[in-house]
Amino acid sequence: MRWLLLKDLQILRRSPLLTALLVIYPIVVALLIGFALSRGPEKPRVAFLNEVPQDTPLSIGGEDFDLTGARSSLCDRIECVRVHSRAEAREEVESGEVLGALILPEDLVDKLEGVASGVGEPPTVEVLVNEEDPLKAQLVDDRISSLLTEANLRLSRAVSNVTLSYLDLLVSGGDFDFLGQSFNVLGLQNTERILRSARSDLPKGSFEREAVDQVIQFAELARENLGFADSLLSSVSQPIQVDKEVVNGGSPDLDAFTISVAATVTLMFVTVLLVAGSLALEREENAFARLTRGLISPTGLLVEKLLLGVACSLLVTLLLLGGLSFLVHINWGRTPQILVAILAGGAAFAALGAALGGAAREVRASSLLAFMISLPIAFISLVPSGTVGPALFSVIEVIRALFPFAPGRDAMESALSSGDLLVPLLHLAALTVAYLALSRLALRRFA
Amino acid sequence: MAEKPAKKARRAPAARPPRKPVLEVAGLTKRYGSRAALSDVGFEARKGELIAVIGPNGAGKTTLLSILAGIVRPDEGEVTSPAGSIGWVPQQAALYRRLTVAENLRLFAHLEKVDDVQGSVDEMLGEADLAERRDDQVSLLSGGNQQRVNIAIGLLRQPSVLLLDEPSTGLDPRQRARLWEFVSGLAGGGTTVIFSTHNVQEAERYSDRLLVLADGEALFDGTQTELHRTVDKESGRGRAKRDFETAFVDFLAHRGH
Repeated sequence: MRWLLLKDLQILRRSPLLTALLVIYPIVVALLIGFALSRGPEKPRVAFLNEVPQDTPLSIGGEDFDLTGARSSLCDRIECVRVHSRAEAREEVESGEVLGALILPEDLVDKLEGVASGVGEPPTVEVLVNEEDPLKAQLVDDRISSLLTEANLRLSRAVSNVTLSYLDLLVSGGDFDFLGQSFNVLGLQNTERILRSARSDLPKGSFEREAVDQVIQFAELARENLGFADSLLSSVSQPIQVDKEVVNGGSPDLDAFTISVAATVTLMFVTVLLVAGSLALEREENAFARLTRGLISPTGLLVEKLLLGVACSLLVTLLLLGGLSFLVHINWGRTPQILVAILAGGAAFAALGAALGGAAREVRASSLLAFMISLPIAFISLVPSGTVGPALFSVIEVIRALFPFAPGRDAMESALSSGDLLVPLLHLAALTVAYLALSRLALRRFA
Repeated sequence: MAEKPAKKARRAPAARPPRKPVLEVAGLTKRYGSRAALSDVGFEARKGELIAVIGPNGAGKTTLLSILAGIVRPDEGEVTSPAGSIGWVPQQAALYRRLTVAENLRLFAHLEKVDDVQGSVDEMLGEADLAERRDDQVSLLSGGNQQRVNIAIGLLRQPSVLLLDEPSTGLDPRQRARLWEFVSGLAGGGTTVIFSTHNVQEAERYSDRLLVLADGEALFDGTQTELHRTVDKESGRGRAKRDFETAFVDFLAHRGH
């Protein structure tokens, strides 16, 4: 087996162009996919529960807010899935049919009006997110945060206007309506003017004149300082608070997710293509019959190809991770876990490659088959739950389970971010055994 | 391997030697579904014999050689080789074209667990007359030279019996002549060579004995002269003047093939 392994490496060395492509192509594809992933889909599916009673008017500082219009504006940005209760919203998020849920509480309008009147606590909207993958979590965070920021901005402007009108009344004076009655407020400016006029009638150095001077100074100072309130009030920007709850699943950071995708794509292409091509080459060079005539058993040959794939994928994936570590943080303290994830993923991809090479029996056909299967599997494995219908997503989950990409990515992500490695490793081991068994069957008609 | 006229490469037919056989084949039967690829085929081969397995397409030649090589398991019958190992050379050159001639030989010598790898490689390069091209990639060799490397690999373990499956397929006349000179030299050195071919002239020219197969049955086992005699006898016209190909066709026709 050692000699066959050396032979395969020697053949690779003799094909520098092929080897370069085998290394560069998957790395480029991996980086492109990683870049694309960081953008996310345009309209995430979000469950929307509006508990505010219908047709409740909201008016702040004379400005009417159209809640129905706000809802349709919201649903232009996200795909709203209407739900009728908190339990239903939670269920949708837990099942992965939506990326998150936005719940507007029943007392939203009352509390907002309270904030505008300067009494009471600000209202809180609830956001439920499923952070089973960080891409989805980031997506929901981004969209809901931007929507709430926009709403907060409009509301805070209205609240500020109300407050400023009161302050203006205090400074300049004027009429003020309260509970159906009209009051006239003198204002600091008028107070100062009246006091200055009264001051001139008082004898110089008298106690009354000094007392009036103090009141005039206060009125002047108060008027000047209240002039700054405009800019200060504009900074009051969060009338609505957000209560975010993570439902079902952990929350690894996006870097770990993107790196794991890039590494798994590299691992997949290098290993599947190399092993499929290398096995098919044994037949194309007519060497298979000669080899299996007592020199090595078909199973031994498969194991040799597996080792070849694992060795090469380990090298290329470490190369990719090493390169990426200049751009993003990689926790090299978890090197043993990273190595285990690469080895397990490499073995499963190598077994898949052997099955494809055994089935295709020709180098060109096996390479084509490897491409045709690998790319869709990678993309299918990256479809976030909630972006397609539930039935289609169930089919996607079955497909994911049958190929090594999803468990390979899970293993890599866990290795990079302190997650649980055991389940994906067991999954990969099961797939390795299954694909090796399929390869062995394919070799029966190989010679 | 010096180039010589092909005719000179022909060996004098060996008289049926009374020596102990190096290969004994008895009752070989192989079926693929309901079709019998081989039916009760048996023969013996002795040291240094050159035996041609001939017959029309689908006669069972490749199946017979595959069973003798141990690649295909027979349904019935047995193959014994008291003298030692059996070397096998597939019809298509089973070589790694990206490796050099020496690297191919070295790889298979390691896989065959040959004691003196480098010694065997050098010896085979000499026998195949490819020492000067040892560092050339196989993809750069002519078809004839590739076939000689292919045969040299089959000889690495110095087998007492060498099986060649249609060795001259795809070669031009000059390459064929050089190939047969090489093969005849092996037989002259004591290696028993059994080759399959559908080229009747080649079988006549280069073999000591013929094993004629048709529809999986062994119809004849003997020398060319014996085949002529059989045809003469069956035609009832006494010793007629006919070439070997005509005799062979008549022989098959008389048996309904």
